[in-house]
Amino acid sequence: MPFKIVILWTDALIYLLVVVVLLLAWHVRRHEHLAAPWRKVARSPGGLAAAALLALFVVIGLADSVHYRPSVAVKDGKTVYAVEVLSLLDAIAAPLRARKEKTYSAPLATRLFAKETIELPGGGQARDYPRLKHGGAHLEQPEEQWASDIARRALWGAAAGVVLWLVLAILLCALLARRAGADVDEIWRAIWRGETEVPWRAVLVTLAVVLVAGMPLLALAAKYHVFGTDKVGQDVFYQSLKSIRTGLVIGTLTTLVMLPFALLLGVMAGYFKGWVDDAIQYLYTTLSSIPGVLLIAAAVLMMQVYIETHPELFDTVTARADLRLLFLCVILGITSWTGLARLLRGEALKLREMEYIQAAHAFGVSHWRILTRHILPNVMHIVLIAVVMDFSGLVLAEAVLSYVGVGVDPSTISFGTMINSARLEMARDPMVWWSLAAAFCFMLLMVLSANLFADAVRDAFDPRIRTARPFRLAAQKA
Amino acid sequence: MSPERPLLSVRDLRTWLDAGDAIVRAVDRVSFDVRRGETFALVGESGCGKSMTALSIMRLLPDAGGIVGGSVELDGQDLLQMPESGMRDVRGRRIGMIFQEPALSLNPVMTAGEQVAEALRRHTPLEGGALAARVRELLEAVRIPDAARRKDEYPFQLSGGMKQRVMIAMALACDPELLVADEPTTALDVTIQAQVLDVLRELQKTRRMSLMLITHDLGVVSGMAHRVAVMYAGEIVETASRDAFFARPAHPYSRKLFDSLPSGSKRDGALAVIRGSVPALTREFTGCRFADRCDSAWELCRKSVPGLYDAGNGQIARCHLYAPGADKSEKWGQSRISERDSSMQSQKIDSDPIFPDPIFPITSNESLLLVKDLKVHFPVHGGLLKRVVARVRAVDGVSLEIEAGRTLGLVGESGCGKTTVGKGILRLVEPTGGQVVFNGSDLAHLSRAALRPMRKHFQIIFQDPYASLNPRMRVLETLEEGMAALGLGEGREARQARVDALLAEVGLDPEVKFRYPHEFSGGQRQRIAIARALSVEPRLIICDEPTSALDVSVQAQILNLLKALQRKKGLAYLFISHNISVIEFLAHEVAVMYLGRIVEHGHVDEVLRAPRHPYTRALLSAVPVLDRTTKREVIRLQGELPSPVSPPAGCHFHPRCPDAFERCGQAYPDSARFTASHTAACHLYPMV
Repeated sequence: MPFKIVILWTDALIYLLVVVVLLLAWHVRRHEHLAAPWRKVARSPGGLAAAALLALFVVIGLADSVHYRPSVAVKDGKTVYAVEVLSLLDAIAAPLRARKEKTYSAPLATRLFAKETIELPGGGQARDYPRLKHGGAHLEQPEEQWASDIARRALWGAAAGVVLWLVLAILLCALLARRAGADVDEIWRAIWRGETEVPWRAVLVTLAVVLVAGMPLLALAAKYHVFGTDKVGQDVFYQSLKSIRTGLVIGTLTTLVMLPFALLLGVMAGYFKGWVDDAIQYLYTTLSSIPGVLLIAAAVLMMQVYIETHPELFDTVTARADLRLLFLCVILGITSWTGLARLLRGEALKLREMEYIQAAHAFGVSHWRILTRHILPNVMHIVLIAVVMDFSGLVLAEAVLSYVGVGVDPSTISFGTMINSARLEMARDPMVWWSLAAAFCFMLLMVLSANLFADAVRDAFDPRIRTARPFRLAAQKA
Repeated sequence: MSPERPLLSVRDLRTWLDAGDAIVRAVDRVSFDVRRGETFALVGESGCGKSMTALSIMRLLPDAGGIVGGSVELDGQDLLQMPESGMRDVRGRRIGMIFQEPALSLNPVMTAGEQVAEALRRHTPLEGGALAARVRELLEAVRIPDAARRKDEYPFQLSGGMKQRVMIAMALACDPELLVADEPTTALDVTIQAQVLDVLRELQKTRRMSLMLITHDLGVVSGMAHRVAVMYAGEIVETASRDAFFARPAHPYSRKLFDSLPSGSKRDGALAVIRGSVPALTREFTGCRFADRCDSAWELCRKSVPGLYDAGNGQIARCHLYAPGADKSEKWGQSRISERDSSMQSQKIDSDPIFPDPIFPITSNESLLLVKDLKVHFPVHGGLLKRVVARVRAVDGVSLEIEAGRTLGLVGESGCGKTTVGKGILRLVEPTGGQVVFNGSDLAHLSRAALRPMRKHFQIIFQDPYASLNPRMRVLETLEEGMAALGLGEGREARQARVDALLAEVGLDPEVKFRYPHEFSGGQRQRIAIARALSVEPRLIICDEPTSALDVSVQAQILNLLKALQRKKGLAYLFISHNISVIEFLAHEVAVMYLGRIVEHGHVDEVLRAPRHPYTRALLSAVPVLDRTTKREVIRLQGELPSPVSPPAGCHFHPRCPDAFERCGQAYPDSARFTASHTAACHLYPMV
């Protein structure tokens, strides 16, 4: 075998999450009352556009969650695998990963950012900005050719983006046409007139923007460092792509850790009242009185010590870093369940007095059955809204924690570590701004799309929000 | 200003609501006048557009609603053409409005006085001492006792009746010419309702103010109105003077409304029901809106929309029966033939005559359940360590006997503990003391596990049909739950068959079992709740105000169903209600509760025809009656229900009792027995 599949802890949990989401989606599809609010989400153009963008991030994150170790040699009939764990994304973006420069270089630059003493071909030395090993290395005369080369590649990329978009759009139309039994042409026009039930126009516009902006980026990335390089010469674009997975892992796995606590304790506190309620309330008031950062810092440092004293447990560096990431999710989950639990307690307090629950009591239905059959399904909308809303908060929390130094392992690439390493260079003159800017842009896109999506979800699920349009007299009279 | 010109003149008012996927024509070409100094009542069932009419007049419609056409003239000035700023001077100043729920219409962080003063400041130049004096004057005008102190109290310190009076004081602050009262007493108890209606009637008389009263309660209309308009499905179907309307309602719908009111005289038969349900207001109507539910409808009713015709006696009805030239006697005869089946629910149970002799032999005096000295106290926690500082004596020593196949009506005002009695018997709340004896075992002291097999004998039906079904469970799962929990029915197949049978029994199509509760109307949900209770073959059903959230016509259907089921299955009911006429219709025996104790108990005729306890007398006299010709003395109770945390010493009722004397404040009276069944706890009747 040329490679060995490695399943890291976080990978396993991500696969589990994907399976759970797929199962839930299947379940929802079969139940009309569960599917109805999702259809409402699908009908909101903003939500759908955000979902499309979010889907792109998820695809990148998933590609980065399939890990393997390539084989390096065959010794005594046994394959020896590299100590380095790679992911599918690494394989796809191999050139980006491999093309390391010596140190900082600006975006799209052909020369290093700092002057160095260069050996001149004719002997003798000069202090100048040396050429990059990879960025723009194909250019003979960088000063003259640079601008036209960039423009040409960007245009090509944009053109490729347009073509790709057309192909995808036509595929979508064909699919919709087959389902509706209509003409592709008709569907195309219906989409652009905004007459389809699902606002596909919003999806297509988002896709167009992403492709036309993204394809030139990819085209340029083939020969340049589009976002520059960092202190050790690594491509910042590559780092940004890798950070996506870290953000997603923190945002999703943390909720996975948090949910059992929040669901069980919150619903139990509200349903049983009395001493159960008192105990759970004391627990979460105490927990939320301890500064979260302090608790997280203590836990992460303890974990760090444990990892360092037990090196034999980890066969690769990546496994070590991964465990620390997982532990960060766990500790974030343990400190962040209180908010949702409090919400659920209030809702359960209200629900337990509902007459259908009293009727269930009159039948002698067991507490567990009442909790699972009557209360849980009726608080699920709150859980869903909270989980989607929490996601962006957690991504940002990771960035802050890593910046403070108690976040992920320094070898794990994340938005937080990117910002942290760029921090000192902000004071340089001229400033090294690109690491920070790239992390900022990517994080903003991800969190913004998650927030917009969360808004759409909340609008669809929250029964208190009535999205009734104001009555328009003129429109009605016409 | 000519005296003939009506104060408020509404012409062709049309208000539409945008329901997202359809337009609801909530108010469709409504025209009426309110004259100076008169009380004009707008009557109708929920959803008929009466509140929307009021909100359109005030221009306070929700965002999704809009006035599409028509005019609303207040003293000749069209309110619909006014700018919003001008309208603000009309609201409060010239038209006052009172809403249904006093608890929601007052700001909880402002004192009663401040809220009244706010309205005054907006519309009058009053300041300082003059303002305070005026506030006090207003609060006294609405008969708030101790107004000087009460004006500094917050809404949570005031009872429901007090809050509604503060609302009235606010509405009256600037001496409006017109007061719009939207179900002003629906949320209040009968004795409090009587007080509030008195206040309104008196104010209207002394101030020569016009009152537009919106209500569903014909009894209230009878006591208050000068003229009446009946609304149905967004239209006014009849307008008449009060006397003409109550003597002879003209429109078939009005007649049906009267027929479906329960009363003692209808005990032996079924109540008349209006079949089917109100048509959706989203569609266009080509004929009479009531045609599908009308007994006297003929072809013309479906083909052409009836106009407003003179029905004689000053009555105007929107019905082809009164079209000029129509031969009434012939039409009336013809109409009886056109009986037809209705769509959604099979009408079998509704239309079945209730058999004069029951199928199930009622062996009287067979005691099913004996409640002895039941007590339910709720601890009130306070202080740092949450110690019990007080007890709410919700039920304080109630003894009852329920016989198999009979109905015991439990009557009382809200807060008297009647619901807690029902829940205490079922152990939905834990009793503090006393016994509930069934089959020789005391239910009040059984363990949860030992109680479980007994649960199938007792079931409960709740008040709110919207809260009593889990919105996430289909009808099938709802009905199966009880059977599964109590181990009834052999396997799923048998249970499913039983679900079908149950649904048919309560008059629903078995196909509905795959639907979710939100697809049903209130009456249909209540039928499902009854089917759920029946699913375990109980012998006693505790009915906790099962019809008080329903419209009169739907209430009639449910009452008929309950009565038919009792005859068929020999069920016993503990029927908890505040509605005396419902009790009169359904119950065999009545117990009257006041502040956690039963004050009078006896056969329904004994208690309701010849009440002995002063509270029962006051309660019965406060019930509004349709027939104003029979003069009766109305006993007005003073004050409100005391708190069950600290009930008055001696007889609980003595602070409000008109007949109280010295001994009443000293000891709680023993029960005096008048006949074998009739007892009352009152010092007026020394032990016989």
